[in-house]
Amino acid sequence: MISTSREAVRTEIPVLRRRHTYGSVGERISAIIFGPAPFGWYLGLGVAMLFIGVLTYSVWYLIYQGVGIWGINIPVAWGFAIVNFVWWIGIGHAGTFISAMLLLMRQNWRTSINRFAEAMTLFAVACAGMFPLLHLGRIWVFYWLFPYPNVMRLWPQFRSPLVWDVFAVSTYFTVSLIFWYVGLIPDLATLRDRAPNRLAKMAYGVLALGWRGASRHWQRYQTAYLLLAGLAAPLVVSVHSVVGMDFAAAIVPGWHTTIMPPYFVAGAIFSGFAMVLTLAIPLRAVYRLHDFITIKHIDNCGKLMLVTGLIVAYGYAAELFMGWYSGDTFDWYLNLNRLAGPYGWSYCTIIVCNVLVAQFLWFRRVRQNVPLMFLISILVQVGMWTERFVVVIVSLHRDYVPSAWGMYAPTKYDWSTLLGTIGFFLACFLLFCRILPVISIAEMRELVRATHGGTRPPEDFEPKYAK
Amino acid sequence: MPSRTRPDIYGITAEFDSAEAVLEAAHQVRAAGYRRAEAYTPFAVQGLPEALGFHRTGLPVIVLTFGIFGAIAGFFMLWFANVVSYPWNIGGRPPNSWPAFVPITFELGVLGAGVSALVGMLALNRLPMPYHPLFNVERFELASQNRFFICIESADAQFNRDATRAFLESLRPLAVTEVPW
Repeated sequence: MISTSREAVRTEIPVLRRRHTYGSVGERISAIIFGPAPFGWYLGLGVAMLFIGVLTYSVWYLIYQGVGIWGINIPVAWGFAIVNFVWWIGIGHAGTFISAMLLLMRQNWRTSINRFAEAMTLFAVACAGMFPLLHLGRIWVFYWLFPYPNVMRLWPQFRSPLVWDVFAVSTYFTVSLIFWYVGLIPDLATLRDRAPNRLAKMAYGVLALGWRGASRHWQRYQTAYLLLAGLAAPLVVSVHSVVGMDFAAAIVPGWHTTIMPPYFVAGAIFSGFAMVLTLAIPLRAVYRLHDFITIKHIDNCGKLMLVTGLIVAYGYAAELFMGWYSGDTFDWYLNLNRLAGPYGWSYCTIIVCNVLVAQFLWFRRVRQNVPLMFLISILVQVGMWTERFVVVIVSLHRDYVPSAWGMYAPTKYDWSTLLGTIGFFLACFLLFCRILPVISIAEMRELVRATHGGTRPPEDFEPKYAK
Repeated sequence: MPSRTRPDIYGITAEFDSAEAVLEAAHQVRAAGYRRAEAYTPFAVQGLPEALGFHRTGLPVIVLTFGIFGAIAGFFMLWFANVVSYPWNIGGRPPNSWPAFVPITFELGVLGAGVSALVGMLALNRLPMPYHPLFNVERFELASQNRFFICIESADAQFNRDATRAFLESLRPLAVTEVPW
């Protein structure tokens, strides 16, 4: 019996194939940048650019014509813009969660996926940030959101969660950007020293700030990185909690509940891990990164999706239970309206995508089946987008007073702006893959040292240095 | 203090091909009495700064200071806006309704700490530094790939061009190179 359990330990899937060396890691990862781009990259960028065109037109027309081109009106004044904002910012949570929380918990499997997950975070937050600004109507006075010295001597309404959101999202973006850049510095130095031409050498040289890998520098660097991780970890929780409070502070039925902040954070990490898989699976296939992003990573992301998915399911159950247990007629009606009202299809979608589909993740055979995991990741994102649709629209469209009821229907501009930001996100991600290392080279080298048990890795690779 | 002319070279480097070798060499460099020595590695090697006599960095204190400063400055802004500059009755709350100020105070504290972690790390490391004598060494390009360097600087009191070179060669490195200014 003991021998079989030992066998199980030994046959555990590694997070890095053993054959890699310090040199080969750098060569393999920088080849994505300095080698020719695969056809899939050009195809993806072309499609993404097309959608950026759609976004540009939608935004231009919105600014020209006003928010009336969207389907928003009274009672549903928060339409797709807020649904998309919450969805995107939720996706932007997994990157920093992977980087910060998993670093602090010494989960070394994060090393292969943290870099592109952080990039994903930044681009998703950039997409999220667009929506409240576009929703303002007068985007040219967006700076009114910030406390700046003005002749009217006015301040933002600091007691409003919507103003907290401005600070939470902008701090989150700034700290995530710093965290990402600090992680990149040693890798930029590696790229500087591997650059095939002078222009690339200068560009990476400037970005690397003259990094030379001195041991004292590494010491301070690692201290800074750990401190940033410690700062970013509570930030992840705070951002979506504040988004949750945007809703919880309002007295709209379905919003005014204390469950909102934790329920939003769990949903955010759930959809964020789904997006990590949606990006990792094609990335791994196109660039043949199977050595670095192994089945172990996909399996672990699946487990985290299962946990966060169960918390989300608990949130749904708690909402239903409280609707019944409160004894309040309207609270119970609200739940019935979600289930069987005019938008009943959306509630069924979230139950299927977020609760039922997530249960397949209990099975190892599902978690280790790559095409199936890709499908699940897409379904979860559709489900999480629909969940925000339920939260925003279904709550707003039927308030306490039936005379104030109304219906909401998105227009083609609602859809084109959503699709446009997806294109923007993909274009940013594809350009990132081509310009910066998608996997942290320096951290992979530490992992090489750890996998070889402190002994020297086989040195089969001699990089060019004499030019 | 006697005026000293600048030495002819920046220092002498020895190149190694594993983290273990450079760690061992660092202990010997320190044991031989060299104080102005530095190791350059493609990734963080645990124990290497300590082997060269560098024990702790002041960065955490800087980050804590700026984090507290950010939080205090943030809270002061909220208090000033609502109590002094523009008192405004919102929902019957007192002007200094501090629970509503907690999220922004927290965010600004984290912002101060996060920015100071980046700026502090770069400042303590004297970065950005576009030029450094070590970049004159052609093989130093490998310090960001798969080679590990130790450099004994000419500023060291014990530095002697021939003796130091001989000492570094006794550590059995792959190569020993002089670093011009």
